[in-house]
Amino acid sequence: MGLSKRIIPCLDVDHGRVVKGVRFVDIRDAGDAGEIARRYDEQGADEITFLDITASSDNRQTMVHVVEAMAEQVFIPLTVGGGIRRIEDIRRMLVAGADKVAINTAALANPEFVRDAASHFGAQCIVVAIDAKQVKRDESPRWEVFTHGGRRATGIDAVSWAVKMMEYGAGEILLTSMDRDGTRDGFDLELTRSVCDAVTIPVIASGGVGNLDHLVDGVLLGHADAVLAASIFHFGEYTVGDAKRRMAERGIEVRL
Amino acid sequence: MSVAMNTVAVIDYGMGNLRSVCKALEHVAPAARVLLTADPDALVRADRVVFPGQGAIGGCIAELDRLSLRAAVLQVMDTKPFLGICLGLQALFDFSEEGGGTRGLGVLPGRVALFPREQMHDAISGQVLKVPHMGWNQAHQVAGHPLWRGIAQDARFYFVHSYYADAGDRGQVMAVTEYGIRFTSAAGRENIFAVQFHPEKSQQAGLRLLENFMSWDGTT
Repeated sequence: MGLSKRIIPCLDVDHGRVVKGVRFVDIRDAGDAGEIARRYDEQGADEITFLDITASSDNRQTMVHVVEAMAEQVFIPLTVGGGIRRIEDIRRMLVAGADKVAINTAALANPEFVRDAASHFGAQCIVVAIDAKQVKRDESPRWEVFTHGGRRATGIDAVSWAVKMMEYGAGEILLTSMDRDGTRDGFDLELTRSVCDAVTIPVIASGGVGNLDHLVDGVLLGHADAVLAASIFHFGEYTVGDAKRRMAERGIEVRL
Repeated sequence: MSVAMNTVAVIDYGMGNLRSVCKALEHVAPAARVLLTADPDALVRADRVVFPGQGAIGGCIAELDRLSLRAAVLQVMDTKPFLGICLGLQALFDFSEEGGGTRGLGVLPGRVALFPREQMHDAISGQVLKVPHMGWNQAHQVAGHPLWRGIAQDARFYFVHSYYADAGDRGQVMAVTEYGIRFTSAAGRENIFAVQFHPEKSQQAGLRLLENFMSWDGTT
């Protein structure tokens, strides 16, 4: 009896459509964002994350409408990320019905933004998204934070950045391995465990899920509090229910 | 003339995702009138009142006073079916240690404290339990209540909070939840019911609780 591990389907949204690429290229269309989110809600998703992959101002407006429509009919927590740069962007998403926003580039540009955001709206709705890539491959691996869809290096160590963001008031970390994202090879478990063990706020593992055992590994070996996946759910390979049953079989507490 | 409209006032003091609360109430009670308001008179006129909340308790209490809502909130708590959610539960107690110490509304005896770091370990795995307590946890119903109707014992609800309530009167505890420690996840007396979790974000179980609230006459 206790807190369950969360399964979070992630929708990469481009003009209201859900898309998924391998390392941010080779985009495939998976359908209407609203319809897909409703399907995941019915399957028992614990939360849903919407990521605006273009972060253009028109797409952001579409995102507001998607979130507004979802808030009418999906009664689980909704997180929105992509292009969240100002307090006003956060307010707009929360007013539309989002429960949390994910901040990435804006936190790197100005860490104080995270502090301001948490003090305005509460830490519970501020998720800091970290895109990390392994930069040192010998006996003591190191991961660096990247921006712009993994194209731009920052020189910042991913584990210390996660700790810093926690200290600045983030309520949760969304950790994506850029090396694994879209590959279906499973989470970068070493990265996940390093970050999860370094912070005392919840961490969502992301990037690389190709089968249900990867989700199990994320929790048991990566120590993740929640696991996020996209393509394994979008194309009907597995349902969220399948994922929960597999996790339960392996002794992980889930909400069935 | 038709039967009097069932009006529910959701207290709008500028904190948290109030749209979700309103949408969920509209969803479970399509014939009701859902009013998001900061007008004390509107609270007093409504048939039932929801006190939602997120963020910091100091800000919550300060906003109630700034908007001259305290008297109206206390007044409606005397008679009308009243539902507190999250911070709306914590604010009902005497005292919270958040923000260096904040006096609550004092409607329920008890206090609110930060999850104690030294006790935040999973009993089985020994792994550190993260704070905020975020996600789906079980509410163990310790008292029968009309608001629990149709909701399974130990059903899971969505929680997100770093402070927890410890009710001073065991008779007023409606549910407990385990997370490192055992805390009060629902409390109430007479026409007042309050929950630490977010029913508006807790899918079927949460919607059922809101539906029960919308038809509750305020008696147990």
